[in-house]
Amino acid sequence: MLTLEQISLSRGDFSLSADFLLEAGTRTAVIGPSGAGKSTLFDVIAGFTQPQGGRVLWMGRDLSDVAPGKRPFSVLFQDNNLFPHLTAAQNVGLGLNPALKLNAADRARVAQALERVGLTGFEGRKPGALSGGQQGRVGLARILLTARPLVMLDEPFSALGPALKAEMLRLLAEVLDETGASLLMVTHEPQDARLIAGQTVLVSGGVAHAPVATETLLDNPPPELREYLG
Amino acid sequence: MAGRAFQVRHLAGVAAAALLLFLTLGTLGAVIWRADAGRALGPSDWAAVRFTLLQAFLSAALSVGLAIPAARALARRRFVGRGLLVTLLGAPFILPVIVAVLGLLAVFGRSGILATALGWFGLEPVSIYGLHGVVLAHVFFNLPLAVRLILQAWLEIPAERFRLAASLGAGQREVARLLEWPMLRAVVPGAFLVIFLISMTSFAVALTLGGGPRATTVELAIYQAFRFDFDLGHAALLAVVQFVLAGAAAALAFWVAVPAGLGAGLDRRVERWDSRGALLRLQDGVVLGLVGAFLLLPLTMIALGGIDAFAELGASVYLAALRSVGVALAAAALCLILTLPMALMISGMQARGGGRVVEAIGYVSIAASPLVIGTGLFILVFPVADPVALALPITALVNATTSLPFALRVLVPAVREVEASYGRLADALGMGGLSRLRLLLLPRLRRPIGFSAGLAGALAMGDLGVITLFADPNKATLPLALYRLMAAYRVDQAAAAALLLLALSLAMFWIFDRGGRVDADA
Repeated sequence: MLTLEQISLSRGDFSLSADFLLEAGTRTAVIGPSGAGKSTLFDVIAGFTQPQGGRVLWMGRDLSDVAPGKRPFSVLFQDNNLFPHLTAAQNVGLGLNPALKLNAADRARVAQALERVGLTGFEGRKPGALSGGQQGRVGLARILLTARPLVMLDEPFSALGPALKAEMLRLLAEVLDETGASLLMVTHEPQDARLIAGQTVLVSGGVAHAPVATETLLDNPPPELREYLG
Repeated sequence: MAGRAFQVRHLAGVAAAALLLFLTLGTLGAVIWRADAGRALGPSDWAAVRFTLLQAFLSAALSVGLAIPAARALARRRFVGRGLLVTLLGAPFILPVIVAVLGLLAVFGRSGILATALGWFGLEPVSIYGLHGVVLAHVFFNLPLAVRLILQAWLEIPAERFRLAASLGAGQREVARLLEWPMLRAVVPGAFLVIFLISMTSFAVALTLGGGPRATTVELAIYQAFRFDFDLGHAALLAVVQFVLAGAAAALAFWVAVPAGLGAGLDRRVERWDSRGALLRLQDGVVLGLVGAFLLLPLTMIALGGIDAFAELGASVYLAALRSVGVALAAAALCLILTLPMALMISGMQARGGGRVVEAIGYVSIAASPLVIGTGLFILVFPVADPVALALPITALVNATTSLPFALRVLVPAVREVEASYGRLADALGMGGLSRLRLLLLPRLRRPIGFSAGLAGALAMGDLGVITLFADPNKATLPLALYRLMAAYRVDQAAAAALLLLALSLAMFWIFDRGGRVDADA
């Protein structure tokens, strides 16, 4: 269970506050106009930005002093999710050990994860020799392997075409089913939210609102969301 | 918590900066400590100060003055070999000074091409020694740098401006006034100052082409006071003078904001509508032809003269070459060991402003003269060990220090870029400390590291500076051996040794730079 306890921060004209909780096992989309603070909210939860007020808690444990890599989250960004100088297997292996010191059992698990996302035989390839879809799969294999209880995605797969992106989201859903992890996904596409997230957080007017059911929100959008959706 | 993490992460950077401060300011302090209190500058010292400033001023003025038409021609013409010429303009940076001096002697010296040509007309040969020789060599080295700096500024004028000017019917004169003059006014003072600074602190040129009461620079006077008179007090006094002069010039240069000359993208050409006339085309052709000949002829003479005598080179020259390779590799390694932690620290601290302090420390060594550092180290080492026995390690260390500002200039932006692209991913994966260095930074920084190491290695390979202070006849480096061959008028062997030195310097740069590029994943 993720708790955002009276989070607040402001920089110049920009301000953001959040005060809600996400139950374990839920899949949550974060949508809202660009510049509203979706990515800032993401950064606060992931630990890249310290809020000026409030705390982030996981299962009641305060994460304020926990570095991003030590938080119980796996993260996928919009791009640069793979190191171009490392092979697919090494990029996945980093999820097991950030110093890449892997024993035989670890390497077997890496191979297994790559097999699960359909990349058997691609272990030794570097990202430059993989297609965009294959790169996305390597990222998902790492999430599968780290098996942390919350998966966080910031506009994932946005470089891919619609069909490939839907395929990635389906694969992501399978990975979540298998690991039992919760999901928090920032997106600007209402379609993505409908596809994978049961509930949605709307960020607008400097506030990240408590989650509501995605269908309800998108079918009867409040005025600020209607303006964004057009 | 953040405070402690900072301390641990930047311990190496702080140590590197401290060592650098010791090498630059600490050695100066040691020199001042030995300087005789109350001793004033004598008439010959004042003459050295005047000569230093005069030759630096003339070198900078001529380099920049000649560079303007050359850069303009390169900016607006496209021709076969243009890319090669631009590449050639970068070469003097890693060209050993002593090699270039030998090449210039072959062209402008007493029995050189120019003297022979003058002889056909019954004219006396011009002497290359003295003020005009020193200035000639400095222009040879710095004209290419000035052309690159100014060409860069020229190509940074947006092409749309030239199109707009053309649509308004502006001719060459109007384009010059509207677009080119403001650009030159911004870039020329910085270029002038940086060349003034380089010429002021250059030593090997003054050593080989200057000398005597009327052509001695402060740097050369330090060497003479140290080497011939072993008058440490006098050397120390001159060292302080040199530091004050160079420091003032460096401070002025940074205040004016020196343009960065290492940038890429000089292969662009701007479409121009105001310079299509045949006369202008001829003018550009002549300018570029002269500049190309001025740069290529001396090097060609070295190559032609050196090949024949290669077989005559003695074992001592090859041993010296071996020592030089060792010194160059050590200097390259030391330079990286000092620069990398500083670059990591500077890029990590930018937000807090502390990075600027470290960056400033990194650039102090521009103002510090290698001979002053060498003199200081001699004074410090003397009571505990024989400085002559440490000549080679000290040469490597001093060269690492002088290359550091260039390496810093390449590495700091590179580290920033890697952190901007992949820092968050590494954080999210919990990659800190050594694993971050090993798995993220070093692999991503291969190209700038290779370039920096190549630069430091090539500069150390060809350096004829601090080694002359300690010169042990049995432990010469290749540049020193070459200098001795020249002094003994063994012209053929000197040319062969110069060719060897040139080849080794270029190879040193090429191998490292190449090593950083091979198999580098975009």
